[in-house]
Amino acid sequence: MESMLKATWKRLPLSTNFAIAQAVKDSDVDVVSAYPITPQTTVVERISEFIANGELKAEMIHVESEHSAMSAAIGASALGARAFTATASQGLELMHELLHIASGLRLPIVMSVAARALSAPISIWGDYTDVMNVRDTSWITLIASTAQEAYDSVIQAYRIAEDPRVFLPVIVAYDGYAMSHTYEPVYVSEKSDAFKDYIPKNPQWYTLNPEKPLTMGSMASPEWYYEFKYQQVVAMKNAFGVVKEADEEYGKRYERKYGIIEEEGVDGSDVTFVTYGGIYGTLKESIEELRKKGEQIGLARIRLFRPFPSEIVADLAEKTKALVVLDRAITFGVNISGPVAREIISSLYARGIERNVYSFIIGVGQRTVTEKDIAAIYGKVKEMLGSHERQKESIYWGVRE
Amino acid sequence: MTQEKLLGWKELPRGGSILKPGNSESRYTGDWRTFKPVILQDKCTRCLRCWIVCPEPAIYVIDEPYTTKSGRQFKFSVEVNYDYCKGCGMCVEECEPKAIDWIEEEK
Repeated sequence: MESMLKATWKRLPLSTNFAIAQAVKDSDVDVVSAYPITPQTTVVERISEFIANGELKAEMIHVESEHSAMSAAIGASALGARAFTATASQGLELMHELLHIASGLRLPIVMSVAARALSAPISIWGDYTDVMNVRDTSWITLIASTAQEAYDSVIQAYRIAEDPRVFLPVIVAYDGYAMSHTYEPVYVSEKSDAFKDYIPKNPQWYTLNPEKPLTMGSMASPEWYYEFKYQQVVAMKNAFGVVKEADEEYGKRYERKYGIIEEEGVDGSDVTFVTYGGIYGTLKESIEELRKKGEQIGLARIRLFRPFPSEIVADLAEKTKALVVLDRAITFGVNISGPVAREIISSLYARGIERNVYSFIIGVGQRTVTEKDIAAIYGKVKEMLGSHERQKESIYWGVRE
Repeated sequence: MTQEKLLGWKELPRGGSILKPGNSESRYTGDWRTFKPVILQDKCTRCLRCWIVCPEPAIYVIDEPYTTKSGRQFKFSVEVNYDYCKGCGMCVEECEPKAIDWIEEEK
């Protein structure tokens, strides 16, 4: 197996942005429409280099805004092309209404999002507010924690999106800056057609074709609309199994897989930390140190945010005594304001599982989170557990008084 | 979308796409009307302005000769298809000889 790996892959130093661009090339995408925005820009810069030097045969559409970028991707996908775009932050917000149209028309577009904070005040740095804001747009959302995973996830994303049981667009998100602009060794395919059988080009979704005319984007009056939205509910449910299958199949063929939730040492732990994205690396390091002192701590990372893996989260909770959820976004105006913490609490409620869930807000607008922070958060949680204290509202870790 | 039967989510094409062209035929817009145009065949000069302006189109040229009370002979008649006439009143507005009545629909 090792020899097969050597024969197929080359190891390159890549930022996650460049890893994404590489994956777009290896997915043989037909149309890329994009507008530059920090910290995404180098994704599409690298893609345009691939196109310019003939490594990728695709149409690059330079548009005047992200609203047009998504519109063009919708048009391309509606013609049966494999479409890609990339954005972040305000760009994703500007696309918002089109996100509903892409998913409503059931078009298998793939988009990468270098997760970034939102204005105002202006911040070009990372957090997950942009990604969390589009959770109700019916886009499947994967959150990667390494450049390698981002590369593999984009390729998997086309397999998921173009599956007839799904036909929904997919976001592959990752940390703006902390991942988008830092370099890691990444195994990329030596041959650009390595994924041809994994993601064959055979558009089965409804496409515009004069030989076989159909209407897309029709109006649905009150007696019709609801059924189309329910179709999306079902497609999202199906997506859960398809994401799993796509990952398993990828693992079989290419020897890398990630699962829905990455977990470690959860069974029998006193406390399990749950988070998403690149911060998982910091968390791992910190927990290893704490474990050396005899603490029983589990670790978990949510890789699939939409559809939300409620059952897996509930299973996870049953194996530990309490959960600590680290969110890099704020849902304003609610007591538990960590978006993923809220999903986890509702998943546990649905299964009737009684566990203390502690929600911490961290890393907002790229506020640094160090191993010391994690150790101190753990200390705080132990204190609350000791006094059987139920958390009434999220803790805004490190905010200055 | 046909109006004959309300299909369930499993039967409907994905995402509201309409797979058969020419489907507006099955959309009966006649029940939108509150007023209806009635063509007075004796006053009508067969200029077909109504036929031009009708957005639906619900003005039909019928292959039926007609002789007016004053003895004028026409080779065809003009009629409104009430299955599709939405009652917008454009034909009434544009009719030069005022040959279209505008009558409130009965409840």
